Amino acid sequence: MKPKFAMYWAASCGGCEIAVLNIDAKILDLDANFDVAFWPAAMDAKYKDLDAMADGSILVTLFNGSIRTAENEHLAKTLRRKSKILVAFGSCANEGCIPGLANLSSRESMLETAYGGPSTENPAQLRPQPTSQVPEGALTLPPVQPVVRTLDQVVEVDYHMPGCPPESHQIAAVVDLLVQVVQGRAELPPKGSVIGAGESTVCDECPRERNVKHLTQLRRIQELGPLDTTLCLLEQGLMCTGPATRSGCDARCPRVGAPCIGCYGVAPEALDQGARMMTAIASAIDAKEPEAIDGILDGIPDPAGTFYKFSLAHSLLRGGRAAHRETETP
Amino acid sequence: MANDFEPVIIGFTCNWCSYRAADVAGTTRLKYAPNVRLIRLMCSGRIDPTFVLKALADGADGVLITGCHPGDCHYLEQNYKALRRHRLLQRTLAQLGVEPERVHLTWASAAEGAIFAATIDRFVERVRALGPLRWPARPKPLPVAVAPELAEEALP
Ligand code: SF4
Ligand code: SF4
Ligand code: FES
Repeated sequence: MKPKFAMYWAASCGGCEIAVLNIDAKILDLDANFDVAFWPAAMDAKYKDLDAMADGSILVTLFNGSIRTAENEHLAKTLRRKSKILVAFGSCANEGCIPGLANLSSRESMLETAYGGPSTENPAQLRPQPTSQVPEGALTLPPVQPVVRTLDQVVEVDYHMPGCPPESHQIAAVVDLLVQVVQGRAELPPKGSVIGAGESTVCDECPRERNVKHLTQLRRIQELGPLDTTLCLLEQGLMCTGPATRSGCDARCPRVGAPCIGCYGVAPEALDQGARMMTAIASAIDAKEPEAIDGILDGIPDPAGTFYKFSLAHSLLRGGRAAHRETETP
Repeated sequence: MANDFEPVIIGFTCNWCSYRAADVAGTTRLKYAPNVRLIRLMCSGRIDPTFVLKALADGADGVLITGCHPGDCHYLEQNYKALRRHRLLQRTLAQLGVEPERVHLTWASAAEGAIFAATIDRFVERVRALGPLRWPARPKPLPVAVAPELAEEALP
């Protein structure tokens, strides 16, 4: 009997699932060595089938997505019980990612923006209801929780695999490792390890030339002239979060002229990606007078969204006061 | 209720001018608000926004950062770095709904014990007026019900 494999998506975009399918023929190794027991994105599965599985009967679960709803939380707890090895897979499960940016606002204003905002076509002004009566009976929706949480804020996690999504070559390497473990040819890394990523920063993998930085301006890419193709982007005045971000993607973005936006999450040894980036930017700015400093900082119109684009829910403050207020016990 | 509130404030000083200022305030027996717990670092340039965020996340209502006056930093220009970090952190905190005034930066020389004491008093009053921050505690994950070791029966 082959050991069981599962993959689940909570609050996520589906990109992690695509990334796993992107490993090409390697997916056949997964199939050859594992019995895919539960993977809603790839095959039909019902929650009752999962409930019927014995505790600990799934060898490994890749869990992607953050915890936004009560359903997400329920599945996180269920899969924790059913799985021997639970991997927080991708940025959402590890650090909250884009869904975690909702922690800048209250749940009410988040729902208002989503269902009543200018980008939503909703002439009847419908809002999601916990229960709706239809001719066939009552339909229910899982409650949205006040703050987005990461998987390890809800259940214990065995391994962390960062990235939005994790790079295919990294997933393939992890699949290889799992297959070797199952075949008794390799050992699992220590519990709690970060897998499928590097132990340094994106800057260390970046081929661009780095010098001592003297930042006199920060601009958006369309406001800058043609960029130098070999020089560090930050030095050219473009916000690049490579200095605060974990390596592992082979500096995919700066390599092709797009700044790193931080998807591999907080750099090793750092507690807070935003704090690390604030430190890096403040060190690089070439100004001493408050007004001159402010002039340069004005080039970062959305510091929280820029420095915590992927890691707000797992940062030291985990979000803003508006989101946390609802969780306060009076 | 608000009158009973004693703000918890973490203060970071550098090892040189600003710590001396605190020391002078103490040895000359100046009276000032006892709310600030001072932590001495070598230089204000060592203060990482991480320290400030961790203090706020773990129960502080305010953070005071002190360093030598511009031009007097014992490591040349590190206090300018502290100034830049502080201004950037304040912008980020404002977006997170934390009043930027909860994190205050001030310069002090070894001769400024009295000024230092007055600055602390003023800052404590300002934070008192803002009220408690009471950042919610980090969520505690459920422990693993099943040990992650590979069990015999899960293997072929
Ligand atoms: S800041 Fe960006 S462009 Fe510069 S070295 Fe780091 S990753 Fe490369
Ligand atoms: S360069 Fe940055 S944003 Fe791009 S893939 Fe790597 S970590 Fe993600
Ligand atoms: S030594 Fe005092 S600020 Fe640098």
